[in-house]
Amino acid sequence: MSATAPTVAALPANLAEHFPAGVVADTRKGYEGYVVGAAQLLQVAGAIRDKLGYNYLSSVTGVDYPESNQIEVVYHAYKTSGGPGLNFKVQADRNDPVVPSLVGLYPGAEFQEREIFDMYGVRFDGHPDLRRILMWDGFAGYPLRKDWKEPFFEEDLKPFASRWPGGDVRRSEELDPFGANVQYPPEFDPYEWTPETETAIYKLIQPKAGNGNGGHLKTDKLIVNIGPQHPSTHGVFRMVVVLDGETVVDLKPVMGYLHRNHEKIGERNTFLQNMPYTDRLDYLASMSNNHAYALSVERLMGVKVPERAEYLRVLMVELTRICSHMWAIGFLLNDLGAFQTPALYAIKERELILDLFEATAGSRMMCNYMRFGGVSRDLPAALRDENTMDFLRDLVNNRLSYAIDELDRFLTNSEILRSRCIGVGVLPAEKAIAYSAAGPLLRASGVNYDLRRADPYSIYDRFDFNVCTRPNGDVYDRYLVRIDEMRESVRICQQVVAGMPTGGEILAGKPQYNVRVPAGESYGRVENPKGELGFYVVSTGKTNPWRYHVRAPSFVNLTLLGEVCKGHKIADVVVILGSIDIVLGEVDR
Amino acid sequence: MYGSGILAGLGVTLKHFVDSYVDDLKFLGQRYYNPASLNQRQGTRGKGVFTVQFPEEKLPTPERFRFIPFLLYDEKPDGTHDDRCTSCGICAKVCPPQCIWIKRSNDPVTGRPVPQPAAFYIDIDICMNCGYCAEYCPFDAIKMDHDYELASFDRTSAHIFDKQKLDKPVAYYASLRPTDYAAEELVRAEEEAKKAAKKADAAAKAAAPATA
Repeated sequence: MSATAPTVAALPANLAEHFPAGVVADTRKGYEGYVVGAAQLLQVAGAIRDKLGYNYLSSVTGVDYPESNQIEVVYHAYKTSGGPGLNFKVQADRNDPVVPSLVGLYPGAEFQEREIFDMYGVRFDGHPDLRRILMWDGFAGYPLRKDWKEPFFEEDLKPFASRWPGGDVRRSEELDPFGANVQYPPEFDPYEWTPETETAIYKLIQPKAGNGNGGHLKTDKLIVNIGPQHPSTHGVFRMVVVLDGETVVDLKPVMGYLHRNHEKIGERNTFLQNMPYTDRLDYLASMSNNHAYALSVERLMGVKVPERAEYLRVLMVELTRICSHMWAIGFLLNDLGAFQTPALYAIKERELILDLFEATAGSRMMCNYMRFGGVSRDLPAALRDENTMDFLRDLVNNRLSYAIDELDRFLTNSEILRSRCIGVGVLPAEKAIAYSAAGPLLRASGVNYDLRRADPYSIYDRFDFNVCTRPNGDVYDRYLVRIDEMRESVRICQQVVAGMPTGGEILAGKPQYNVRVPAGESYGRVENPKGELGFYVVSTGKTNPWRYHVRAPSFVNLTLLGEVCKGHKIADVVVILGSIDIVLGEVDR
Repeated sequence: MYGSGILAGLGVTLKHFVDSYVDDLKFLGQRYYNPASLNQRQGTRGKGVFTVQFPEEKLPTPERFRFIPFLLYDEKPDGTHDDRCTSCGICAKVCPPQCIWIKRSNDPVTGRPVPQPAAFYIDIDICMNCGYCAEYCPFDAIKMDHDYELASFDRTSAHIFDKQKLDKPVAYYASLRPTDYAAEELVRAEEEAKKAAKKADAAAKAAAPATA
């Protein structure tokens, strides 16, 4: 609960004692956890999972330390029974980084390891499908390494010197984008090049394709590309599907079309400048993104958030959850073919919530509301021509619960919805945990894991609410979990509105634009509507973060898409994707 | 009974359908283009159609709505403008996408910096409307506008706002955000009073030994 609580508790038995060869405690100032030798990694990770019970690998990421010529791969593992996590790292030689892959132990690491390969060039031994994931195949270089410069590169860190005091305006596109800034592989000709991604993907699925389905009919297997431009992919996202008739034999998600290297931008920004950028990750839940980032930096700074600010944060985040789940349910119905009517009923309530966000924070979606140590503004006195508190009371006490009940009446018992959703896309609990699924996806598989309860942050320990789980793990259960969660969120909002202290500070200390963050690392995570959203921040004590990593729930949840879709009809793929509820701004970052 | 779920669902749609006409009856042909009706339709008690007939009808922008910054100037009694901006550069430094360019002016005789910008540019294509510049400006010299209709046919020149385009009178700001403006004026008046008291104090102290 307190902002300074360490994320890693001391193990009952010291890990370094268990493995005297190759495991040492990380003693750098502000760092925690253990440094594991690459040779021991598989053995140690196996023990962490099976003996110590850290069965949920939340985040895998890399950090570049050119000074010591090392690239560090950082793992954060947790127990699904709750409690603090365990952080362990592997250091690899920067010139030829090789680390054993953990996909065998934690399948949920697959995409995250691919991302590290893509961004840092770390090769993961034993990874089943080590290809670039966000960048294109012809791309040269590893963009998150500190010595990589992008086109239009101006300076390593913001603020740029050209803006003040002698700021002569210019557009960056006036600089030649094909000049020295762009790096191509040797002998690369952009005009002659054909993408290797395609052949690589098709090669991967080729052996499973072929003639004949084993029955008496002679059939061909077929490859179908759904997306990148397709209404059911919720954005620019592509699924390569191998079909036998209508049945899915294999599926590979292809992503990165919206990739903007959010993390590189984040490392160039000052700490505060990152806050509005987090809005643009999961743009349906900007308040939750703000919250997660603020928590991870506050943990390093050791600030205590004032009481009223905590209440405001929880209120905004829970309202965001309702918006996001409404949106998810509305679009799930769109994917099912109930075109627009349920979606419009669902997002009608969202309108009112966004009105409150706009009146409070100044923007409907890009809220940029939270600051380190509090929030930017208090609630306004009036909303339109109504007292804000009256509006809020009316909203959380009457309107929202009525709307959720109505949605429930409208959809839950519909025979069409039930027949399309029950038994589709079943994800058993063990698999959900192994694949690091998060949020409603995990809870619909019967795993009672909600960060608000399992590893409480902010002031969630004060509120009375239930963690919603369902046993079957199919699309229908994910839908039900979202309905249940909205009800719980409304309950939390009611308690917030009733218990919120009137007046008082909303920001600890003076507003500061250039915050100093003590050196160290911090992993702050929240229960975002889509799942576990984590920010891994490394500070060197300067004004800009050294490392800024986003553990995006939408991205990690996609790891299991192929697995879940196998054996279903192609029409169900669309529904399963809809039930996972992704936002491409967060998947591609 | 099989199919009862669908029937119940259709009942909900029917209710929505009927509700959308209740407003019509309530406002008798005045459902649209009527602020009173808009507040009702779009409020917590609104049950009918939530749509706004944009652009004929627009949602009122709340005071804190932020869209593209502008610069404030006080009008002197003789009609000349007094920029609040001192070109300290905090807004340019705090700007996340770095869309603010400021040229500081120097005194032509002494060559020392003068607290007034020689040039001030904002590339509104880059601006992300975060509002940091307004939030962290110590002089209340830059504020966020409400005008969101900025589409133009030429993005290269029309979308770089210079000082002439950014400058707006304080009265305009006061009309956009009356609450914020009143609060800020209160703080300014307090500070002025403090400053004046200090000055008077210093003058009294300076005068005291002379008389003694």
